[in-house]
Amino acid sequence: MSSTANTTVASVGTPSRRNTELVMLGFAVLVTVLAYANTGLALDGTLPAGMVAYGLGLAGIAGAAHLVVRRWAPYADPLMLPLCTLLNGLGLVLIWRLDHEPRLQPANAAPSQLMWSALGVALFLGVLIFLRDHRVLQRYTYISMVVAFVLLLLPLFFGADTNGARIWVRIPGVGTLQPGEFAKIVIAVFFAGYLMVKRDALALASRRFLGMYLPRGRDLGPILVVWAVSLMILVLETDLGMSLLFFGMFVVMLYVATERTSWIVFGLLLSVGGAVFVASFNYHVGQRVHNWLNPLELGSNGGVTETAQAMYAFGSGGLLGSGLGEGYSRLIGGIATKSDYILATVGEELGLVGLMAVLLVYALLIQRGLRTALAARDPFGKLLAVGLSGVFALQVFVVAGGVTGLIPLTGMTMPFMAQGGSSVIANWALIAILLRISDTARRPAPVPASSTDAEQTQVVRA
Amino acid sequence: MSELTLTVMRLGFLAVLWLFVIVAVQVIRSDLFGTRVTQRATARRGAPEQRAQPQRRQQQSGRGNRQRRGAPTKLVVTEGSLTGTTVALQGQTITLGRAHDSTIVLDDDYASGRHARIYPDQDGQWIVEDLGSTNGTYLDRSRLTTAMPIPPGAPVRIGKTVIELRK
Repeated sequence: MSSTANTTVASVGTPSRRNTELVMLGFAVLVTVLAYANTGLALDGTLPAGMVAYGLGLAGIAGAAHLVVRRWAPYADPLMLPLCTLLNGLGLVLIWRLDHEPRLQPANAAPSQLMWSALGVALFLGVLIFLRDHRVLQRYTYISMVVAFVLLLLPLFFGADTNGARIWVRIPGVGTLQPGEFAKIVIAVFFAGYLMVKRDALALASRRFLGMYLPRGRDLGPILVVWAVSLMILVLETDLGMSLLFFGMFVVMLYVATERTSWIVFGLLLSVGGAVFVASFNYHVGQRVHNWLNPLELGSNGGVTETAQAMYAFGSGGLLGSGLGEGYSRLIGGIATKSDYILATVGEELGLVGLMAVLLVYALLIQRGLRTALAARDPFGKLLAVGLSGVFALQVFVVAGGVTGLIPLTGMTMPFMAQGGSSVIANWALIAILLRISDTARRPAPVPASSTDAEQTQVVRA
Repeated sequence: MSELTLTVMRLGFLAVLWLFVIVAVQVIRSDLFGTRVTQRATARRGAPEQRAQPQRRQQQSGRGNRQRRGAPTKLVVTEGSLTGTTVALQGQTITLGRAHDSTIVLDDDYASGRHARIYPDQDGQWIVEDLGSTNGTYLDRSRLTTAMPIPPGAPVRIGKTVIELRK
């Protein structure tokens, strides 16, 4: 541990804020049910038939999650669960709303998405119940590396080329799975464990040059390996998003572990260089970049590009939006209206005002993750929390940036909101690990041992 | 459904959504205003990693509560990389070492994983005990061989780190 922290941040007040969480959860469910009623009124002129059942179902899921958190992670952050519930619920409403457009595929996606969300919450509960201490994960540093590589490379061998990217694995009888979504959690565990051990070497052995610390040549090894792997994903699976996510997370964690700005400079240079290189050679990626630079050009099929359609959607929404259920999302062609482009529907029907609120909810969620990292007392937990919230932030940035035309579009799903089973399940698991770390971080120290015998036992164990 | 109702619902929903965001921000307001930030004496360089030492405030069980008048109330690190860190003494056992579950995680090559502990005895007198460390724990100038009470202001040295008990 090379850092010299110059301040101590101690929170004052009651550590457990479960009642706050309960109130916020109720609020989140209320907002979602309101959205549902709003959509139903606009589409059919009546309150949707399933409204009570849907509201009760969502409240039931949220309530179960709350009770488990109360029992197994009593000091966890009070805000993460309500924020996730809101995003997931809003996403369900939007998918249900898009189900009303018969042209959009897959048809009738809301019930299956509801099932995936329930599964996701079940996994969330499972992680909270069975992972009693996040430090256990530290033991599996190198196993996670292997698992992550297997998950990342799985689509290469068993995958099907869908929409130009090879990121799905078909499991007979179950459907398709996106292993990359799970890989991002596993790989965060590996990076946290690895950097915790190696960060002194990476931080201290360096020369100063032009106001920057230049690492020694051999210390560049790990970052080059990760860069190569991420480029390989980009080239072989043509998955720009996962490649960005993977490399970006490594650079973020490297920076946090070593406190050296030079790593960020190196990371940016490497990723820009790699992206330019691949974009000029790979057709699929090059196409995406071309669409990004010339959104209003006619597409290869003679129609308007998806990028342009998303922009029209935002423009048509304006400041206050057209109202839920009153937009023209059906005009966004292609196959990803319910997943990658769901943010365009938010932008059209809730307007800039609503889109900003949704992005703020994401920002708050990320802030809670980073706050957990600050409060964590063990370096592994710190790095893991930074990695997990960093990867979440990057994913939100990559998707939102792609849909709004800031960066080339990548095939990623908006966490919690977009339709897609793997994504929602993996993100619930990610939040569960963050809650576990935050529970450990905010838990007050154990009550002093009451007898000398107990103290002796402690010494022996130590 | 009339146009007016839909407009009211549309704007109402946006208002509720923003209300949620604002309430959520209120919940985490304690991050900004409810925390106590202690500036450490020697800040050698800015550090994004802040080692938070939550004030341990817990209900005190009968034994630990017997604090005498003039008893030390906090433990202060006076030398070493953690200089300036304070931990409130509230009857709990304080463990020192490099192990990451220690109360004070020492960032010190000369410290053992579980180096020493400091705890109050029956009378509320604070005792320091070496836990079989490699390089030893020093109270003032002498190496500890047995658990010793800490006089107020006496430095306890572990590797490059020096701690003191203060009122």
